[in-house]
Amino acid sequence: MATPTVTATAEPAKRQAVDVLRTIFRKYGIFLVFIAMLIFASILSPAFLTPTNLINVVRQMSVVGLIALGVTGVIVSAGIDLSSGSVVGLSAVVAASLAQLPDYAAARYPGLNLPIFVAVLAACGVGALVGLLNGSLVAKTRIPPFIATLGTLTTIRGLAYLYSSGRPISDLTDDYNFIGQGDFLRIPVPILILVIMAIVTHVLYSQTKFGKYIYAIGGNEQAARVSGINVANYKMLMYVYAGFLSGLAGLVVSARIGSGQSGQGVGYELDAIAAAVIGGASLSAGGIGTVAGTIVGALIIGVLNNILDLTNVSAYFQQIIKGCIIVGAVIIDQLKHHGSK
Amino acid sequence: MGNEYVLEMENISKGFPGVRALSNVELRVRKGTVHGLMGENGAGKSTLMKCLIGIYVQDSGTITFKGEKLHITSTHYALSKGISMIHQELSPVPQMTVAENIYLGREPLIWCGLVDMPKMNRMTAELLNRLKIKIKPTARMIELSIAQSQLVEIAKAVSYDADLIIMDEPTSAITEAEVEVLFSIIRSLKAQGHAIIYITHKMDEVFKITDEVTVFRDGQYMGTEATSKLTKAVLIEKMVGRTLTDMFHKETVGVGGVMLEVENLSGHRFRDVTFQARRGEILGLAGLMGAGRTELIEGVFGVTRTHQGSIRINGKTVPIKSPKDAIAAGMALLTEDRKLTGLYINASVRENMFIANIHSYLAGPFVKHRQIEKDCERMRGVMRIKTPSLLEIIKNLSGGNQQKVLIARWLLTDPDLLILDEPTRGIDVGAKSEVYRLMTEFVKTGRSIIMISSELPEILGMSDRIMVMHEGDKVGELTRSEATQEKILQMATGMKIASELAA
Repeated sequence: MATPTVTATAEPAKRQAVDVLRTIFRKYGIFLVFIAMLIFASILSPAFLTPTNLINVVRQMSVVGLIALGVTGVIVSAGIDLSSGSVVGLSAVVAASLAQLPDYAAARYPGLNLPIFVAVLAACGVGALVGLLNGSLVAKTRIPPFIATLGTLTTIRGLAYLYSSGRPISDLTDDYNFIGQGDFLRIPVPILILVIMAIVTHVLYSQTKFGKYIYAIGGNEQAARVSGINVANYKMLMYVYAGFLSGLAGLVVSARIGSGQSGQGVGYELDAIAAAVIGGASLSAGGIGTVAGTIVGALIIGVLNNILDLTNVSAYFQQIIKGCIIVGAVIIDQLKHHGSK
Repeated sequence: MGNEYVLEMENISKGFPGVRALSNVELRVRKGTVHGLMGENGAGKSTLMKCLIGIYVQDSGTITFKGEKLHITSTHYALSKGISMIHQELSPVPQMTVAENIYLGREPLIWCGLVDMPKMNRMTAELLNRLKIKIKPTARMIELSIAQSQLVEIAKAVSYDADLIIMDEPTSAITEAEVEVLFSIIRSLKAQGHAIIYITHKMDEVFKITDEVTVFRDGQYMGTEATSKLTKAVLIEKMVGRTLTDMFHKETVGVGGVMLEVENLSGHRFRDVTFQARRGEILGLAGLMGAGRTELIEGVFGVTRTHQGSIRINGKTVPIKSPKDAIAAGMALLTEDRKLTGLYINASVRENMFIANIHSYLAGPFVKHRQIEKDCERMRGVMRIKTPSLLEIIKNLSGGNQQKVLIARWLLTDPDLLILDEPTRGIDVGAKSEVYRLMTEFVKTGRSIIMISSELPEILGMSDRIMVMHEGDKVGELTRSEATQEKILQMATGMKIASELAA
């Protein structure tokens, strides 16, 4: 090599430092943003950093968090799931109808007295079934996921109204309500469910064959295919898993307010997608996204809503700010990828 | 030889809507040999291989592998029977690691679908070590150069321990030094009794590594011959159906004044580079993968930002901040990676051709369709582009024809300086020869060309002057008369490989 001049050696050193910073930012950027937000929030409002409030924040985001876990995987596989909010509504009314008090005369099935796990299974099963439908449409008929799940979004919501005749399904058993309102070891049950499912999903996505294939399919479908992977099957499984989590979210929502309603979960799919995207999942290129990122993404939305509530910002403004944050997150994501080239 | 056949493909036909890609072709490969498969682009080589690996299913014909008649309908099945393939278009999953890519589809498991990642990394390290490839198993594919990705693909195909390995242009993206690594891998595979089908457009490689050669032309079987009984001329004639007298069509034209002057230019991955391009001249840009040639050209063309230095065109300093400035200054750039930065893959041949020049086809806000039609039709003739019509989606054309369309695109902009980055990568001899002819025609009109190429015969055959780069530095310049393969390689490797080989 030619003899390097002084400036030539100083330059790379400086550039290396910039590179290191850039790597840290790229890897942990969203976590840094979250921490900054926490500090900012606790300065703005003394009520923020109290256990009651923090638990409240997490409980509120737990439902969208559950959905977002599945949506993350779908986005990683280069797909999209718009039907999750409707699945919440359907699973809420179906599960609730199987857990009404046996002596409630106006029940959907009067006199029914089933163990609680039947309702739980029904919620998850309904979700998984819709997932199977989504997956089949996407993987077998090759309809673009956006269109396929846009179709199920409307269809499934209609089914929920049909099933419940548009009326709330209430007077539910204590066991059922416990899922949404109870505490276990002084931790609210919805939070426990979210934590457990987040850990399970993290392991599923990052440590198992299934997870590897989802990343491979999203990153380069052709490569996955020539490596002998049954792409259609794994895509389908991914939608089934996402549907299952949305079904579970429907159970939690209805138990939380003690009533299954066909209108529950409207717009949740977009919140879930927003959480995944803020957390680094890429809608433009598959194969990118993590459970940890998505959870932080959901927490960011939750903390944001909370701090705006605490400081009495109007609900209208909250929406505007949330929209800006989503777009901002995507801009940052773009910059990250641009910076690498 | 006289070994038994490991693979016999007989009477294979395959058609696509409007095209008969293969008609009654055959291919017989002996155990423990390297079998070359030759033919121009669109001759049907890749189609036949896709039938063999299960991406396509042939319309008729039989495949007998290790004495067993197979009906291959999926890649998975082909792999399980012992047939693996290195694909022409690199196919890594960019976000995943080297190990994850190599063992994709057959990860070692602990239980319940949990992947044993330490074991996978260990297996990958052993594999890469055995093949003498110096890449970390945990590196992400996105961090690797094209050459390194290709080596990973090769390692992957080998790792299946298949009886038959198909290599579809395995050297299209790697440099001479890495080709040697590949050849030593091939020789040891052969010694272990594996058979290899080797597809390439590089004549030298065919004679260096293959035992037998089968030639296809226009979807027809043209014959099989022992390599030792062939000569280059005979082989080319079989492929092209005519004799190519002068491959390079090189004519030295009177070199005129300085067209482009680059002074002390530094940027991402290149430092302090000074050079000139003169009118009527082809300047060759040689170097190994990662030498910074593409980066330099991207800097000159305004694709990436430069830190310092100046660019003068016809004696005037021109600030080039974006490709738009470069095009306005009379430059045109044919990029290295057709799919990624060149083609609008779902658009028609015509759209791909005129898109860079649309401003000259405008009458007010309207597009002058008739003029476009006329010019594109003329280009199709001049370039001898094989396409059913200008409205054909470009995806359906062979690689060589796609490349010709891209060159046509830039010729339509009527540039003064044409920059070609690997202009003949992955295209066949016939098309290559035509690209060379076009290059000569172009400089004859007093304009200039800068050509980046990793193929030394091409650099030596076409350049009037050769500039060599090594790790971001310009290490020297050679005139056409003083340049030899050895001199360029020595400069390009910074003498390192030369001394290593001597040791």
